[in-house]
Amino acid sequence: MEFSVNHPILFVLVGIIIAAVIGQSAFFMIRAFRRAKKINMDPAVLKKTVLSSIVFTIAPAIAILVGVITLSKSLGIAIPWLRLSIIGSLTYESTAAGTAVAALGEGRSLGATITDASEFVTVLWVMSCGIIIGLILIPLITKKIQSGMIKIERKDKKWSEILNTAMFLGMISAFLGFVFCDVSLIFQGDTSGLVPVCVMFTSAVIMAVLGIISKKTQARWVTDYALPISLVLGMASAIPFTNWLG
Amino acid sequence: MEENNVITEVHEGQAEYLESVHKYGRIWGLALFVIIGIFPLVVGLIFDATPVWGPLFKGILGVLPLYWAVGIIEIFTYVPMLGAGASYLSFVTGNISNLKLPCALDSMAKANVKPTSEEGELISTISIAVSSITTTFIIILGVIMINFLTPVLNNPVLTPCFSQLLPALFGGLAVVFVSKNVKLAIPPIVLMMILFIFVPALNAGTVGIMVPVGVLFTLGLARILYKKGLI
Repeated sequence: MEFSVNHPILFVLVGIIIAAVIGQSAFFMIRAFRRAKKINMDPAVLKKTVLSSIVFTIAPAIAILVGVITLSKSLGIAIPWLRLSIIGSLTYESTAAGTAVAALGEGRSLGATITDASEFVTVLWVMSCGIIIGLILIPLITKKIQSGMIKIERKDKKWSEILNTAMFLGMISAFLGFVFCDVSLIFQGDTSGLVPVCVMFTSAVIMAVLGIISKKTQARWVTDYALPISLVLGMASAIPFTNWLG
Repeated sequence: MEENNVITEVHEGQAEYLESVHKYGRIWGLALFVIIGIFPLVVGLIFDATPVWGPLFKGILGVLPLYWAVGIIEIFTYVPMLGAGASYLSFVTGNISNLKLPCALDSMAKANVKPTSEEGELISTISIAVSSITTTFIIILGVIMINFLTPVLNNPVLTPCFSQLLPALFGGLAVVFVSKNVKLAIPPIVLMMILFIFVPALNAGTVGIMVPVGVLFTLGLARILYKKGLI
């Protein structure tokens, strides 16, 4: 069969995998809803969870779509569509594809379309192998990890809650630190490293203001959608900050 | 199977439900591992193409050590925060730190539940499932309309927005979680800021490696503060 990065057969194969992944999500969601009904959880809370999850997802999903468009220049549409719908992440897929294409030869980059089937398959293998560890380990160790957490909770409930909070704060601290990773460029006269810092503070201020409004007005919807609102406005603030700082 | 014994049932049938989550999580996980794993092989067979071995090994060496390390770290860090069902879904659908985990944590915080409770397990699972399905549909829509969307999303005026997803996301999240735990939050944030500013090797590619550093530091600090009765 003659190779093309946008060959229809690739879309068929990718469609099958994505359908299976949606099937898994739908299966777990339906079971969770049934169980929630059985233990008499408030339907309003469940409805709110669904709505706020949809709203929260829109902006990051569009950013992921931008990743699909970026990678499509080199890999066609089907493969970025698959790769960014499953397993990896925006940063991983771009890095892995870039590394794989660069390994194909000197001067190769993601800017040019791959026309050789062997090179295309090479890139696919690199992208798959680099991230497959999660799929291997999750079925094997999730139960053990969760049981460990439940044991800790049974032993000391308060410590278990603190432990959970500490883990999240530890994670968030790494990402907040990352926001500052290019700040030192300022010593070379380049102020572009301040853009992410300004965006982060803008998002934080909007979130804090929305929190105050919600408290003062008792408007529940403000609390429910505060995070997506601060996310979108924070991302939008990158436009003037980039124009200003470079 | 001794893990089952640790569950203290708050609701009738809780242990059975959780056990079924693990059972189906393993079945789906292994099935999807096979489907996703053989995809490059199937593509190679269809186009009668074998990988170019030299670049293949070079490429794998370039990504595997770092991303397998990050992957293993993510499992131990994120599974306790997500709960069982959500973990089985998240590690298949990906984009965990930049979308799924914040989405689930936000949902659990609004519902006022913890991931170790059954309510938390259910809210987290529903949130991640909804987020995964929504993401998949947005990407499908985007792929269908790619010719129309490409000039819009690649517009130089808009591109800074998409490259600043993480700062915008964690800025908002920080206010929610840091404000509730100031004593515990400030030291790791200051430590990470200093490290990221002054260690040039730390960047977007290595942030995953720094997550366990932040987590271990915060856990140690939490233990000390807890023992001293300060939190």
